[in-house]
Amino acid sequence: MTDTHTVNAIQTTDTTAIVRAGLAKRYARERRFKFMGWAAVAISMLFLAFLMTSIVLKGLPAFTATYIKLDIALQADALGLTDTPSELELRRAKYGKAIKSSLRAQFPELTKRKDKRELYQLVSSYAPRQVADALVANPALLNSTASIWVLADDQIAALARNAAYTSKRTDERTQKRRVYIAALRADERIETRFNWLFFQRGDSREPEAAGLKGAIMGSLYTLFVTLLLSFPIGVAAAVYLEEFAPRNRLTDIIEVNINNLAAVPSIVFGLLGVAMFINFFHLPRSAPLVGGIVLSLMTLPTIIIASRAALKSVPPSIADAALALGASKIQTISHHVLPLAMPGILTGTIIGMAQALGESAPLLMIGMVAFIVDVPAGVTDPATVLPIQVYLWSDSPERAFTERTSAAIMVLLVFLILMNALAVLLRKQFERRW
Amino acid sequence: MPISNLLLIILAVALAGFFVVRQRAYNVALKNGGIAKLHSLPLYYGYLAGIWALVPALLMLALWGLMESTLIERSVLSLAPLSMTGLGDAQLTLMLNQVKNVAAGVVAPTAGDDVQAAMVAQMIKWQGSSLLAKSALAILLAVGGALWALRQVRPSYRARIKVEGFVRLAMLFCASVAILTTVGIILSVLFESVRFFGKVPISEFMLGTHWSPQTSIRADQVASEGSFGAIPLFVGTLLISAIALTVAVPIGLMSAIYLTEYAAPRTRAFAKPAMEILAGIPTVVYGFFAALTVAPALRGWGEMIGLSVSSESALAAGLVMGVMIIPFISSLTDDVLNAVPQTMRDGSLGLGATQSETIRQVVIPAALPGIVSGILLAASRAIGETMIVVMAAGLAANMTVNPLEAVTTVTVQIVTLLTGDQEFDSAKTLAAFALGLMLFVTTLILNVIALYVVRKYREQYE
Repeated sequence: MTDTHTVNAIQTTDTTAIVRAGLAKRYARERRFKFMGWAAVAISMLFLAFLMTSIVLKGLPAFTATYIKLDIALQADALGLTDTPSELELRRAKYGKAIKSSLRAQFPELTKRKDKRELYQLVSSYAPRQVADALVANPALLNSTASIWVLADDQIAALARNAAYTSKRTDERTQKRRVYIAALRADERIETRFNWLFFQRGDSREPEAAGLKGAIMGSLYTLFVTLLLSFPIGVAAAVYLEEFAPRNRLTDIIEVNINNLAAVPSIVFGLLGVAMFINFFHLPRSAPLVGGIVLSLMTLPTIIIASRAALKSVPPSIADAALALGASKIQTISHHVLPLAMPGILTGTIIGMAQALGESAPLLMIGMVAFIVDVPAGVTDPATVLPIQVYLWSDSPERAFTERTSAAIMVLLVFLILMNALAVLLRKQFERRW
Repeated sequence: MPISNLLLIILAVALAGFFVVRQRAYNVALKNGGIAKLHSLPLYYGYLAGIWALVPALLMLALWGLMESTLIERSVLSLAPLSMTGLGDAQLTLMLNQVKNVAAGVVAPTAGDDVQAAMVAQMIKWQGSSLLAKSALAILLAVGGALWALRQVRPSYRARIKVEGFVRLAMLFCASVAILTTVGIILSVLFESVRFFGKVPISEFMLGTHWSPQTSIRADQVASEGSFGAIPLFVGTLLISAIALTVAVPIGLMSAIYLTEYAAPRTRAFAKPAMEILAGIPTVVYGFFAALTVAPALRGWGEMIGLSVSSESALAAGLVMGVMIIPFISSLTDDVLNAVPQTMRDGSLGLGATQSETIRQVVIPAALPGIVSGILLAASRAIGETMIVVMAAGLAANMTVNPLEAVTTVTVQIVTLLTGDQEFDSAKTLAAFALGLMLFVTTLILNVIALYVVRKYREQYE
């Protein structure tokens, strides 16, 4: 008896000692492991913060536009106009000379050709259109000398804002430009305003006149087509699979297909769009119609999966009660189950739409990547979308285009955040738990 | 009459049919002693009228639209004099396009070309009569359908059953869109790939090590033939995906572990939405960041320590792609870890294991199938990712595994091959579809394996 007791006692002290000896090491390992986890989360957060700050910092200047006030002599005969021109004539007239002479009048001391040529580069090549706009708005300006604010060239705008990079540049041309800007500023003829043009114009080769409206409208039309197709089809498919589908081969194939489509690379959908919709059905290239169809095929799995989850969460007692009162299966679903599942379905749809809004690869394939100046007016007009506008501008070497790219990303992210916030709100506000 | 007006008219007929037939059902019901005497509610008779007015007319229009252009083109081409029947397909298409443009008023007719003038006249005539016939038939079908439904209104007619049968069919069709999409993808990619392999042998494509798809634009042009050995593309794709996974797998796994096992609720409430934001950022934004921030930074650091880093290095694209995949892996792992029952953790902790030992030796082994399938899905995403590599990776097909050099990927080549102005039938364009086929098959296999791993090795905990 006593022997076994001692043996046990010795063993206990031995294991405890062994455990104790290893304890410090094990705790250290525990701390290391936990730290690694913490670091992993921190890395993601840091990246997110870095990405956002770098985009916001780069993009903010694009929301301002620099304007220069010019006193332009608008003589009808010099412009080749009658004294009572029509709007079309006003738009077609050439204002370049008038603008140039007003610039010369502003800086009469410049006489060398080279100096003058450089002077002309102060204003954007979009300026003539602004003069035309001013004349159309107020035809009385004709045959007078009008003070009109016109856009400055993008490099002048950067200098006028005195962005950090320009202070480093000391070449002769930049120095001269600084002098001009100082002179204009002393005269209160240069000012920086909020860049409304950015939201009012389509794309342009001139960064200072390039706007996002074309891309925003293109995205809206594309999303409209996507929603119109994928919402009814997705909900109908989800109802069928959840409530009607018999357990058979066909149902299995459909379910496998839906899960698989969710993981097919987006660019493959683009290939489908080119081969099927453009080459086979001869739908128009570059049109939001085709883009919307392709994106709706891509978002269908998202909507179907979310809708099925929402339908599943409606308690069967509600359906049972309706059936017991004599409603048919379809009446039960359309009057009771579907309305109760609607918040969940809408949440899933909005998330699907947000994905579609950010998608660009399949749209590259179907030709929505063209340079399009006009704002699209329908689903069959050539158009581009926000993410592709980002892609197009990011290719341009001008610094002002890099700013605009970041600004376009900010607009895109604002749309995405709004959509996701709406989804969260819907979920919080209407989702019931039984 | 433009087609949109026609659609509006059909819609109006359907609506009118709905209201008229519903009213008639009411009247019939009242004559027979109350609504209860009807088999279905009056509403359903109205629905039936709407369906009968809309569906046949729309189906007819769709079919007509599919056949119309081919038939008109055939009849127009039959006008061509015999001397032209020997022309090649390409020239005929060109001629036809010209005729179409002249008929549409986009292009002025070629002066003195009698054949063209005759063809244009024929085309305008046929287009006019086709539109007329189509409109008349569609409206006839719509009105006829509505009238037919009107005649069916009688107490014994089982309108609800018919409507519900139609709704069920429509829902089955909607569910089958997924199958149709898959079939469409397979057909379009496979069909063009077969044509490509008719021009370039499959062995050269799969085993060749030189990729330069610059074929001549016209047949009579002297240019290099272009070689289509896709191995460098596969290597480039694998290199970038491997870099991405090296970044994403450890970080994604560890952050999921930290968030499910360690983090305080407040940290989680902050970190999880942030992860979702990271997941929701469009890939084009990552691409912009990779091309304009990460790649120049890597190049600068490389220069500092005397390494030559390409400005389109695989490393930049891979790193940023890795960050893009982190939330994907993290959220998948999160779900799997949460599915491991708490009792298993409690058992391990009760035996004296530390938390990290519990995680490493109990929780992760239990969750392994799910984690593996998550990583496979992540790999399939990395391989198919397009925008980041289009913006940040190169175009030149270098065969290298050096992450500091520029490589190109399958997706980059698909985009460059298809966005140029090129005839659709050239080997260059068709090559994009062959690459697409490879991409589709690879990701399909990865997805199937991922599903299989989960099904086969998942342990059921209750």
